Amino acid sequence: MHIEIDEIAKSFGDTTALQPVSLAIPSGALVALLGPSGSGKTTLLRILGGLEYPTSGRVLFDGADSTGLSVQQRRAGFVFQSYALFRHMTVFENIAYGLKARPRKLRPPRAEIARRVAKLLDLIQLPGITDRYPTQLSGGQRQRVALARALAIEPRMLLLDEPFGALDAKVRKELRHGLREIHDATGLTTIFVTHDQDEAMELADLVVVMSMGRIEQVGRPQDIRERPATPFVREFITA
Amino acid sequence: MSETPSSHRPRFRSATEEPAPVRIGLIAFVVLVLAVLVLAPLGVIFSEAFAKGWAAAWKALQSKDLQSAIWLTLVVAAIAVPLNAVFGVAAAWLITKFDFRGKAVLITLIDLPFSVSPVVAGLCLVLMFGANTMVGGWLVAQGMPIVFAIPGIVMATMFVTFPFVARELIPVMIEQGRTEEEAALTLGASGWRTFLTVTLPNIRWALLYGVLLCNARAMGEFGAVAVVSGKIRGKTATMPLAIEMLYNEYLSVAAFSLAGLLTLLALVTLLLKSVLEIRYADQLAATRRH
Ligand SMILES: Nc1ncnc2c1ncn2[C@@H]1O[C@H](COP(=O)(O)OP(=O)(O)OP(=O)(O)O)[C@@H](O)[C@H]1O
Ligand SMILES: [Mg+2]
Repeated sequence: MHIEIDEIAKSFGDTTALQPVSLAIPSGALVALLGPSGSGKTTLLRILGGLEYPTSGRVLFDGADSTGLSVQQRRAGFVFQSYALFRHMTVFENIAYGLKARPRKLRPPRAEIARRVAKLLDLIQLPGITDRYPTQLSGGQRQRVALARALAIEPRMLLLDEPFGALDAKVRKELRHGLREIHDATGLTTIFVTHDQDEAMELADLVVVMSMGRIEQVGRPQDIRERPATPFVREFITA
Repeated sequence: MSETPSSHRPRFRSATEEPAPVRIGLIAFVVLVLAVLVLAPLGVIFSEAFAKGWAAAWKALQSKDLQSAIWLTLVVAAIAVPLNAVFGVAAAWLITKFDFRGKAVLITLIDLPFSVSPVVAGLCLVLMFGANTMVGGWLVAQGMPIVFAIPGIVMATMFVTFPFVARELIPVMIEQGRTEEEAALTLGASGWRTFLTVTLPNIRWALLYGVLLCNARAMGEFGAVAVVSGKIRGKTATMPLAIEMLYNEYLSVAAFSLAGLLTLLALVTLLLKSVLEIRYADQLAATRRH
């Protein structure tokens, strides 16, 4: 799905989280929102997912103004930084949640839900953990379950907030490739937040560098590396 | 570094573990306090109740006034506790899941009953709904008196017990944050479904605990109810009020039998809680840590 952000601004009371920012994301791209802490990455992602409403500006999905769409209507697969798995549900119930929440007419039958959950567990390479609770999983496993849960609703886009933030270096590397593979397999427009420039440069088709609620530069990784548009970008990517 | 000979290898001790004398001293102190302040009085209640034998205690409980007091207490709790549970969940949900102006005021208001004397609370109800006030007079004319009647007792009980559920839930819900709810919403669940399938299961133990506390307090409330009920024997006297009246009239077997029954009701709720905790220990652990 093609995503267009048109002059989106957001303030929380007195603090301005986002200056008016504009950005076009081509369908099927894997995009990194890169920037230091407090630069507005999470805020932008949450606005796309419908968890936050912009103070002004519009969001367009495939050319249609979607600013007023509710979270549920947006069908964005959202992976939270802390994963936010339902702690009282097993892995199976977590992944099946979105399918079971559908209105009766659209809800797949039980056997179909089980089949899809099994398929997703294969995709994230964790078959055989269906009956575990989130507490019984490692950080990396939780992250993958959160991804599977987001994919289960057949989302129109995938939004990930620092998906590898809480993991050690080795697991990060592995999961990075995992995300790339899943992105390529599903063809979903995918946006992930990170403040790790290596991660952004290695993984993304398009990197959006942000600072203090502004977009400093948008470009392919090598363009940003070779031709930083502002002193901030130069400093940030050489740091 | 040479190896310690196995004969005096140091025993591994957890950093939070205290030496034995301290531990034993603390345990002895706690047991002593519990014995003096909790167990002994409980023992006295039952020994006084059965001072003239089981039959006498049983017979005392059969009297019409006592039956009415028991019934009234159960009815009032059965109305006040569920209403307060709903109120407490709604208030805690509002306070922890939304940002709005006047939140601090709302939190203070919820705590108010903890700081206001129950007697004062009862008086306020009398001043508002007494038969010689406008509202009260009109209600009496409609045949629905509040003061010196069951509605007043329910209202007084609710006032006194309404912080219990909310207070129990708020810290738990703050600790759990909003992200699980947000995740449910992004997965397409409605607000109501999110509440039923995510919020409620996550707070059920705190809720149960709050409800049990609320219930214990509701059945035991004295001051506020004493003021609004008018203590009409056999009509508006709840168990605690009846116990006091009987005791003042030197009817000690009846007083202590009723007190024993009230204690048993409290013990039953405690037992219920323990049974549920043991039965669902694994789920309890899963919802506490993440
Ligand atoms: N709910 C909120 N209420 C008030 N201010 C907020 C809120 N959410 C974000 N902000 C503010 O908006 C600004 C941008 O925050 P945001 O979370 O988008 O940053 P971020 O780039 O994701 O940072 P990090 O890398 O630390 O996660 C910050 O100054 C933050 O304090
Ligand atoms: Mg963030």
